[in-house]
Amino acid sequence: MTEPTGSGAAAEAASLGEFSRRAGEFLDSAIPANWSELEPAELIPVAREFQAALYDAGFAGITWPAEYGGQGATAAHEQAFREQAAGHDLPTGPFVIGLGMCGPTLVDLGTDRQRERYVRPLLRGEEIWCQLFSEPDAGSDVASLRTKAVRDGEDWIVTGQKVWTSGARHADFGALLARTDPDVPKHAGLTMFIVDMRAPGVAVRPLRDMTGRSPFNEVHFDQVRLPADAVLGEVGAGWRAAVTMLGHERVSLGGATRRRDEPLGAANLARLARENGTAAVPQVRAELAGLHAAERALELFSVRLRQEAESGTPPGARGSVGKLGGAMLLWQALHAAGEIAGTDAVAWEPGDEAAEELAVAINAVPASSIAGGTNNVQRNIIGERILGLPKEPQVDRDVPFRDLRVGTQRETT
Amino acid sequence: MRLVLTGQQEDLRTAVRDFLADQAGPERVRDVLETADGFDRVLWRRAGAELGVLGLVVAEEHGGAGAGHVERSVVAEELGATLVPSPFLASAVLAVDVLNAVDDVGMRERYLPPLAAGELIGTVAHGAEAAERDGGWRLDGRLAPVISGDVADVVLVHAATPDGTGWFALDTTASGVHRTTLRALDPTRRLARLDLSGARATRLDTADPDAVRSSVDDLAAVALAAEQVGGMRRVLEMTTEYAKVRVQFGRRIGSYQGVKHALADLHGSWEQAVSVLRHAAWAADEDPDELPIAAAVAQVFCAPAAFRAAADGVVLHGGIGYTWEHDAHLYYKRAKTSEVLFGSERDRRLRLADLMGV
Ligand SMILES: Cc1cc2nc3c(=O)[nH]c(=O)nc-3n(C[C@H](O)[C@H](O)[C@H](O)COP(=O)(O)OP(=O)(O)OC[C@H]3O[C@@H](n4cnc5c(N)ncnc54)[C@H](O)[C@@H]3O)c2cc1C
Repeated sequence: MTEPTGSGAAAEAASLGEFSRRAGEFLDSAIPANWSELEPAELIPVAREFQAALYDAGFAGITWPAEYGGQGATAAHEQAFREQAAGHDLPTGPFVIGLGMCGPTLVDLGTDRQRERYVRPLLRGEEIWCQLFSEPDAGSDVASLRTKAVRDGEDWIVTGQKVWTSGARHADFGALLARTDPDVPKHAGLTMFIVDMRAPGVAVRPLRDMTGRSPFNEVHFDQVRLPADAVLGEVGAGWRAAVTMLGHERVSLGGATRRRDEPLGAANLARLARENGTAAVPQVRAELAGLHAAERALELFSVRLRQEAESGTPPGARGSVGKLGGAMLLWQALHAAGEIAGTDAVAWEPGDEAAEELAVAINAVPASSIAGGTNNVQRNIIGERILGLPKEPQVDRDVPFRDLRVGTQRETT
Repeated sequence: MRLVLTGQQEDLRTAVRDFLADQAGPERVRDVLETADGFDRVLWRRAGAELGVLGLVVAEEHGGAGAGHVERSVVAEELGATLVPSPFLASAVLAVDVLNAVDDVGMRERYLPPLAAGELIGTVAHGAEAAERDGGWRLDGRLAPVISGDVADVVLVHAATPDGTGWFALDTTASGVHRTTLRALDPTRRLARLDLSGARATRLDTADPDAVRSSVDDLAAVALAAEQVGGMRRVLEMTTEYAKVRVQFGRRIGSYQGVKHALADLHGSWEQAVSVLRHAAWAADEDPDELPIAAAVAQVFCAPAAFRAAADGVVLHGGIGYTWEHDAHLYYKRAKTSEVLFGSERDRRLRLADLMGV
């Protein structure tokens, strides 16, 4: 054995290089072929298998604490993995909500038993999670939700309806926000629960979105019985738990690594421009350069947030900057796509998969400006929580939920 | 890559910020604008001698700090935030970068120490014709706009020669040099025209003058992005503060979404601008291959973002923001000038497209 000769930093760089190389090798060999052609139901088992392999190779939950099943590695490792992954298309879609939102919230707020029970299976892709917040009358204003959970001895009985719940059809568990006390103001009477999506009384109905696909659903709860230890965080502290989860959501949505060949990415649009002969047109070149700069700015911002988190500054509400920036970037890309692809973006030969993918991406652009809090809501968050600007006048802050006659409540609870 | 500042770099920022707050507050900025030089020579020397910020990227053997571009960008950011008029961009950035990039050790030894100490002011100009006659090099041509060309002691000139391009050092007191201070949109950044007729200059020894030019351009793009980011920060702070106190229709204007959302967008673009700046400065120090594209991205992103911020800053202040007494217009004028000084938005984007390989 030779003594390590390098400095700590050099040794770290070497270990990072090795990590990155292993990640590249893993990704080159482990991604199932043609997975993107699978129907959603066929994809699930393939995705589970891949996620398990990812975990076993040490690339899932890279920065999550080791005691809960994560890898306990640094933001630099996470970054190295993301750089490798950007060159690939990974079948990890079904786990986005679990890994980006529910898992980190479990780590923050769960009891030891809950962390023990749920975190590792989540990281290994054994269990899929969904987020049960929005209701027909409570979207941006989540805290005015009406789904109720009533005590029955030690248990809770849940009744109500959620909507636009992504991935609910394939989910094993959901993080549910429900009203447990209608006698206090709307934010104070909420509790977060972990719900088994196969429990009796849970019914999931797919909804079609504007791309024609059905990735989100309605979820109905009819007298669903939950045990006492289904509470995540504390009874009555559901709003705080929701804010924690929404914070993770924004960071994960805003900081998501964009695939290098993503249909609306500058690289793909540049390829398109070369193919259709518009790459020499100055306006097209300028458009592509502007798009590339905007992509880089957002990417570098999320790297910077991760590095800051590592040196002790948590992102806080700044996740909203990435979330809003990501949504705005898509509108810019959508414009560039129209300029470059022209009518090819709206009409194509049957069987032209690349064109089809572009069209689906175009149709999906509004989703980012709505899901996870609309752009306006993100701007409110940035304005109020980061810049400290005065809040909107609030008409219902101190009124017991039961007495609310404003907003969305039409019937007495 | 490293996108957060180290403790030492943060300390440098604090030192510069304190120095500027103490010596160059907003009133002082306006006072010096009225002086003949348009900047504070005493302050300049102290910045060189006491604070040591004029030679951050100058090697220690030449009297500099031997630090890097991240450090220099921290200083440029603070200067951009306060708009203190100074020849920093001309002297501590452009001139120093040319001398660092050429092969001419003798000229480096001659000019870098006084530039770093603030005893000499340098700048860079393009577009002259150089020819050998009367036993030396002579420069001809009309060069404009030259940044701080009115106060520079030495101008490093990129000129056409009978055998390609070359770099020359021109003493501004030499005969055949005529300077005219231009009237400028931005009162905090002086620009001049130099008319050269047979002005004697010394040729700098360098193998690839055009490569020197492009590396100097890249590094200038980084320093300029830092100024822009600093200006954005100050505009954001100023406007946010105002939105918290100004009352209209019985509410503080910051509680209106029309105002709040504009500020939120401004904050978001500033956060992203900081990120591309940190990356470009890091690349300047650590990854020269990555520098051209990182610098191009920084300019494509920061230049319009800084102008947008400054323009919104004026408008969000309402009538008071449009007055001469308010600082908002100074940021507006600086941002517009910076946006066009080194090339148009279209030039920047086309250059980035080339670098992207489109
Ligand atoms: C693709 C997709 C996936 C989703 N997945 C999930 C999921 O998995 N789980 C889940 O719980 N929910 C999910 N949602 C729901 C999503 O969180 C809500 O749709 C979103 O928060 C907006 O709520 P809303 O639809 O009720 O719109 P509304 O709140 O009714 O908003 C309508 C309009 O009013 C504006 N508005 C509302 N309030 C304000 C305000 N205070 N200031 C300014 N403007 C305002 C909004 O910006 C918007 O433009 C998903 C939605 C989409 C589109």
